[in-house]
Amino acid sequence: MRILVVEDDLEAQRYLVNGLKEAGHVVDDAADGDIGLTLALSRPYDVAIIDRMLPKLDGLNVVAEMREHGNATPVLFLSALSEVDERVKGLKAGGDDYLTKPYAFVELLARLDALMRRRSPAAVKTKLQVGDLDLDLLTRTATRGEVAIDLQPREFRLLEYLMRHAGQVVTRTMLLESVWEYHFDPQTNVIDVHVSRLRAKIDKGFDTPLLHTVRGAGYMIRARP
Amino acid sequence: MTTLDTRSEISARDKGSALAGFWRAVSSRFRLRFDSPGGWLRIVRTQAFRIVLVYVVLFALSATGLIYFTYWNTMRALDTQSDQIIEAEIAGLSEQYQQLGMRGLAQLIISRSMHGGQGLYLLADATRRPVVGNLDGWPQNVAHSGGFIEFDYERRMGNETERRRARGRTFPLMGGFTLLVAQDVHERYLMERLFTTTIPWTLGLTLLLGLIGGGLMSYNMLARLDSINRTSNEIIAGDLSRRVPVSRAHDEFDRLAVNLNRMLDRIERLMKGVREVTDSVAHDLRTPLNRLRNRLEAAIRHLGAQSGQAGELEAAVQETDQLIATFNALLLIAEADAGTARGTMAPIDLSSIARDVGELYGPLAEEKGVLFILTPSGHPTIMGHPSLVAQALANLVDNAIKYTPSGGTVRVGMSETPQFVELSVADTGPGIPPEDRSRVVERFVRLEESRNSPGTGLGLSLVAAVARFHDAELVLDDNRPGLRATIRFPHSVTRD
Repeated sequence: MRILVVEDDLEAQRYLVNGLKEAGHVVDDAADGDIGLTLALSRPYDVAIIDRMLPKLDGLNVVAEMREHGNATPVLFLSALSEVDERVKGLKAGGDDYLTKPYAFVELLARLDALMRRRSPAAVKTKLQVGDLDLDLLTRTATRGEVAIDLQPREFRLLEYLMRHAGQVVTRTMLLESVWEYHFDPQTNVIDVHVSRLRAKIDKGFDTPLLHTVRGAGYMIRARP
Repeated sequence: MTTLDTRSEISARDKGSALAGFWRAVSSRFRLRFDSPGGWLRIVRTQAFRIVLVYVVLFALSATGLIYFTYWNTMRALDTQSDQIIEAEIAGLSEQYQQLGMRGLAQLIISRSMHGGQGLYLLADATRRPVVGNLDGWPQNVAHSGGFIEFDYERRMGNETERRRARGRTFPLMGGFTLLVAQDVHERYLMERLFTTTIPWTLGLTLLLGLIGGGLMSYNMLARLDSINRTSNEIIAGDLSRRVPVSRAHDEFDRLAVNLNRMLDRIERLMKGVREVTDSVAHDLRTPLNRLRNRLEAAIRHLGAQSGQAGELEAAVQETDQLIATFNALLLIAEADAGTARGTMAPIDLSSIARDVGELYGPLAEEKGVLFILTPSGHPTIMGHPSLVAQALANLVDNAIKYTPSGGTVRVGMSETPQFVELSVADTGPGIPPEDRSRVVERFVRLEESRNSPGTGLGLSLVAAVARFHDAELVLDDNRPGLRATIRFPHSVTRD
């Protein structure tokens, strides 16, 4: 995938760019807002990673300009700014996701994956499937093979999110934000407990485990182990 | 479609609008909002009004006292005067009576009666039947006054009869006869009446005028203070750019307003400074932390996740994450205290937040064997910052579950009183000893028992900061056993 990185801290930029290239992406970089905007408008990218604080033209304005020109490239904001209300500002300016520094690289990768997938929305799905696990979004029911699985509403939403990102790493923070809509830092790993319960329901007693823990990163649901 | 107005219509309309304009001009001078709590009663509760009231009452009482004193003295003087005349007459008549006897007295009375003037005489027999004199009959309805009597009599003036007042004394004679000598005191009587009606009116009118004057004065003062209060409330609610209006009167209110504005200028500068410092501290600390983490992660990737050194580096990354968590919490506390997020206050339904947090932490509690009970009660709503409140509640619940042993209970409840909305988290863990309760909300304080369990020592600090941000109070109590932490929010403040 083609990624644009606009970050003025050269060392951070280097690690980011190298990390992304190692993960198999094609990366362009810029160190200030003007160049970043020019690149964003002149070449097609699957996703852009833009730092909030940039010289010449600040991150929010870069994205605002992009949107004004009709450019719909998904944008992930990176920011060292005090968090509380900055996320809202970023999303309002046209950003699609927001990550505060310091961040875990896997978190970044997971979110990029999610953004890129969002870019090509298939027709509205009414069913999701991973392996022999079926999720019916209309009746809100789950079945694996022939067995019906009883899920609480929140567990259903959790499973739905994982299945919509099947094959991708989903971090705990992403789950907290999307399934519980909370933007704070729980001190203990509350999410883990929810996920292990879900795992007990969908994997226990079946041959193939579908819900995997990705060490140091998060979780992933996928058919092959 | 236009209509032709007649002259009178035009002038009437002009007059009407002129009147309306005048009323507007006058009433705009009095810009007091009576929709604030207390309404009209606020006028009477001011110091200005009270002072005026006391002064007016004193003044009215002394004015009345003075008038009464004057009246009383005047009456006494007049009475003394007429009493002396009466006494002199009686003395003279009795002398004549002793010399000339009854017949001579009667003659004297007749001649004096003809005289006209103020003197009134009546000689009556034992049955009180008039013999001679210029009074028609013995007076009825007599009022006694120190040896003298007062009564009404009728005087004929041409075709009219007039009812008048007289004051006199009786003198017993031989054979049961009585002599009554009196003076017409009708003028004095009228004056007396005048005074007795004047005095209450004076008192009443003075009080009324005083009250009106006091009311107007305190209204004016309230209006001035009101504008200061309103501006202050807007500033407290977060708009630091407002300033108190200064009139051109150069009086004490203006001096107060000018000083308040200077204070506000200073505060605004300081807040800006704090905001800048927070942002640059955030940036300057987060950038190297970011780089640190990046390097460690890159090193782990290059070493391959299985090697032993990767294990060491992962531990290093975890320490870094702990550092980052501490830093983020500190920053959040600083922000909450600086009040920089005040612009995004919104109405929050506490029971909905409690339900969400409860639902998030429920499974964790269950895993630990801790019973988690949520007792929502209605929909208590406050104005606040949703994510800060959620974070605070989550911290409390997290702590409660963390410190409660298996078999214990964590209870989240809320209640609403006329003044407050309370959100509480109670556990059955070891609790916090009373002497430590004020310490634990400070940054980095961890009690001996929990020194080794995971945590930054900032959880309660953040809850305290969030409480401060919302003008609320964090109360730590003994749950017997365990800890009961309550955040007591005042109902939406920041109105007049």
